[in-house]
Amino acid sequence: MAKKKEVTRRQFLNYSLTGVGGFMAAGMLMPMVRFAIDPLLKEGAKQEFVPVMDTSEITNKPVRKEFKIDQVDGWYESEVTQSAWVYKDEKDEIVALSPVCKHLGCTVDWASNAAYPDQFYCPCHGGRYTKDGVNVKGTPPLAPLDVYNKKVEDGKLYLGKPEPR
Amino acid sequence: MLNKIYDWVDERLDITPMWRDIADHEVPEHVNPAHHFSAFVYCFGGLTFFITVIQILSGMFLTMYYVPDIVNAWESVYYLQNEVAFGQIVRGMHHWGASLVIVMMFLHTLRVFFTGSYKKPRELNWVVGVLIFFVMLGLGFTGYLLPWDMKALFATKVGLEIAVTIPVVGEWAKTLLAGGEIIGAQTLARFFAIHVFFLPAALLGLLAAHFIMIRKQGISGPL
Repeated sequence: MAKKKEVTRRQFLNYSLTGVGGFMAAGMLMPMVRFAIDPLLKEGAKQEFVPVMDTSEITNKPVRKEFKIDQVDGWYESEVTQSAWVYKDEKDEIVALSPVCKHLGCTVDWASNAAYPDQFYCPCHGGRYTKDGVNVKGTPPLAPLDVYNKKVEDGKLYLGKPEPR
Repeated sequence: MLNKIYDWVDERLDITPMWRDIADHEVPEHVNPAHHFSAFVYCFGGLTFFITVIQILSGMFLTMYYVPDIVNAWESVYYLQNEVAFGQIVRGMHHWGASLVIVMMFLHTLRVFFTGSYKKPRELNWVVGVLIFFVMLGLGFTGYLLPWDMKALFATKVGLEIAVTIPVVGEWAKTLLAGGEIIGAQTLARFFAIHVFFLPAALLGLLAAHFIMIRKQGISGPL
């Protein structure tokens, strides 16, 4: 009867039906799955540089500056407020830090905790960062604060996207 | 591999009798197109169900982007159709499938009618089938408004004016459907809820009854 490794009629029909059925199911599901995972494959939005403040106003003390950016969210476009901690470091260079805590994304504040007057402090879980935005060892955050892309033009500070360092 | 997983589950839960009872029974000769080609008319019920499955799937995916809100509904439909990969295909499946399901259901009804399959003892299944027909029409009517374009708005105005012509309760029916005096924000939210929750739930229940009955009674005999 059937020799070794010979495909029986039943097996052949099973394989072809499974193959054709699988092909049809895939043809049906592929567009829907690609549709659903589109956010993963979309390119991230570009962010324009926006003027934030005059460079002459910047001092050694970190100041929280708010500025507005145009945000495109699918079919919804709006102007949203972002903020940055801006100051000049010892080398007189401008630093603009993102206020978003690297632990779980709360908002950090400069010198808001009386015990740490020279640090950024996050009220949620007590995360701390030194003035240059580097996380203090032993507190929850595992990375330094993001730094804004920046440029200076005509005496004005322009900020772009915050980047991790 | 798959066989082993199946055996492992089957050993513990004894699932073979369950799917055998649902799926493993002979197709009578008079409904098998391989024996008599004209028997393809018996496929329309299954095709209706197949398209219904596509409608449910594509609808589920569409709600990932669609919002039932008068400010954003049209924009979200425009976005999912033109900016999201395969959006045109997925919306197209739902759009054309909606018409096709009515066509298939109509052909299925014709076959049941002309083969006399609705006669005793299958009267109840005919009744449930008619209820499914009404639920499908309801799904078509409520889904038509959701893109919130001019066609949707005015078609729904006409539909609700038809509802007004129901004796005695016409005005109430209109207000209840529209969720207020005008066709607006409340109508859209309401139609969305009816379209994606209430009617599909009713449909699944009726389909279950339809299938249990045909399984119990079997397909009607040859002409």
